[in-house]
Amino acid sequence: MLDMYLPIVVLFVLAAGFAAFSVGAATITGPKRFNRAKADAYECGISPTPQPMGGGRFPVKFYLTAMLFIVFDIEIIFLYPWAVSFDQLGLFGLVEMTLFIGTVFIAYAYVWRRGGLEWD
Amino acid sequence: MPVDIESVPVAYSAILPMLLVLGAAAVGVLVEAFVPAARRRVAQVVVALAGLVGGLVAVVALAGEPDRLVVGDAIAIDGPTLFLQGTLCLLGIGAVLLLSESSLDSSGGDIVSSAAALPGTREDLRLAESQGVQTEVYPLAMFALGGMLLFPASNNLILMFIALEVLSLPLYLMAGLARRRRLLSQEAAVKYFLLGAFSSAFFLYGVALLYGYAGTVDLGGVREATLLAQDDDLLLYLGLAMLAVGLLFKVGAVPFQAWTPDVYQGSPTAVTALMASATKVAGFGALLRVLYVGVAEVRWDWRPALWAVAILTMVAGALLAVTQTDVKRMLAYSSVAHTGFLLVGVVTLDTDGLAGTLFYLLTYGFTTIAAFAVVTMVRDSAGEATHLSSWAGLGRRSPLLAGTFALLLFALAGIPLTSGFTAKFAVFQPALDDALPLVVVGVVASAVTAFFYARVVVLMFFTDPAPDGPSVAVPSGFTTAAIALGAAVTVVAGVVPQPLLDLAQSAALFTR
Repeated sequence: MLDMYLPIVVLFVLAAGFAAFSVGAATITGPKRFNRAKADAYECGISPTPQPMGGGRFPVKFYLTAMLFIVFDIEIIFLYPWAVSFDQLGLFGLVEMTLFIGTVFIAYAYVWRRGGLEWD
Repeated sequence: MPVDIESVPVAYSAILPMLLVLGAAAVGVLVEAFVPAARRRVAQVVVALAGLVGGLVAVVALAGEPDRLVVGDAIAIDGPTLFLQGTLCLLGIGAVLLLSESSLDSSGGDIVSSAAALPGTREDLRLAESQGVQTEVYPLAMFALGGMLLFPASNNLILMFIALEVLSLPLYLMAGLARRRRLLSQEAAVKYFLLGAFSSAFFLYGVALLYGYAGTVDLGGVREATLLAQDDDLLLYLGLAMLAVGLLFKVGAVPFQAWTPDVYQGSPTAVTALMASATKVAGFGALLRVLYVGVAEVRWDWRPALWAVAILTMVAGALLAVTQTDVKRMLAYSSVAHTGFLLVGVVTLDTDGLAGTLFYLLTYGFTTIAAFAVVTMVRDSAGEATHLSSWAGLGRRSPLLAGTFALLLFALAGIPLTSGFTAKFAVFQPALDDALPLVVVGVVASAVTAFFYARVVVLMFFTDPAPDGPSVAVPSGFTTAAIALGAAVTVVAGVVPQPLLDLAQSAALFTR
């Protein structure tokens, strides 16, 4: 019975091995030329520290873009399987999908009119 | 290689109430995008009210049809669904009326455009004048109400989770939109969001465990699995317990009530009215469906736990309310106590108990909306004067308002000839047979709640008003209509409750 789980164990070992190898190989072979930007946690986006006094304000542009991207993403997730099985779903699928895209479009219309697509 | 896809037939007519309300929400978003700012508020109110009235008409039209499961057995159209959906549409109308009030606050409404801006700053003034004068609260409320309509109708745990999120997410946002006391409001929003997200995770984990137990997320399938229940069904009880955490959080039962006072106090009062009435109705609807349809066959195993929750909720809600000095916090703890009374009706698990619970939800919802509406009208220069001391002598200055509030408080206390008495009788009487201790605790807790309701009445009518006390703002027709609606239901359901009780009785059958 436990044999069933052997592939999963093998996968875990492979994954752990790959992680150890990548980090180890990078440490051994990679050049070590540190500068300020490289020491940051992320190379783009908002610097997590130091925070301005009292928390301060930070731009939400990145989050806005990320959220818009997720809406696109979800739309695509539904569009692909629908496109693949378009013939079998027929008219019903077309109508439902049009309704779905219509509702997503409402969100975009709102974002567009409210200036969510402008960077500044 | 193509596989056969079985497309699920969608009975659009059966889900029309939800489609109309969610459709109105979508139209509301378009209104927000394209209608000029000057006419936006009127358009939003018209769209929201039209959607809710349409939903109510659709519910009434569905009422005569036989019970059935639609959309691949995921949605149950039966008595409790339609009764609660009708209730929710009516409560939604009341809440939208309260949101539409703009003549109470000198700055035009209690909902702010951008809550993050500090009041009076350049940013705040710019937003107030810009095209972005926000009326997003209407579509948000409609999305929340759409989720609430779906919540008690879900016969499928995944759909129930989606409905839970659809109703919760707009409420988290709306909690932070208060114009006055913004920090309190933002604190409420963050607390509600963090705790709500936490409880949603519990709910989802419970769904996963129940799926592991039953092999399906269908409530009917869960029921079939419980028919073969063994003593060691750890997955079932662990899953059910986690699911219950999510549901009991939404209805504010002890020990998951901690968010209630802070969120009720910090949110704009119109939003609090929506939360206190409609969310409770929807949450209890879903709880009832899970317990009656999903796990009724193993009732002897989970009833003791629900007994304990009911007793704790009644006692803690009633006792903590006594110590409150803020009228919104007092109403919040009283809503916790009422959750306990409702749970007495839930654990009965028979037709009479179900009918009593449905009736209680309806009457409690209307009384609560009207009570919070009254709170919005008592104001001083800083906005709503919610501290109880400033309500002293209100009965001398404004007898009509104080009289209405006294009526609503009597109803919440369960004084005869108000809906509260009939409702308490309707949930306690079926429980007499096999849950006598619960009824005893319930009656004692009712007496305790009567004490602090009476204290407010005494404060309003038999105390001298403070010289610099708050004034009663003159509302527009919106708030007046909401209060009249709530007070009318409170009186009618108290004096001639029989038609409504009969309606609840005829609706009290879940379809499987």
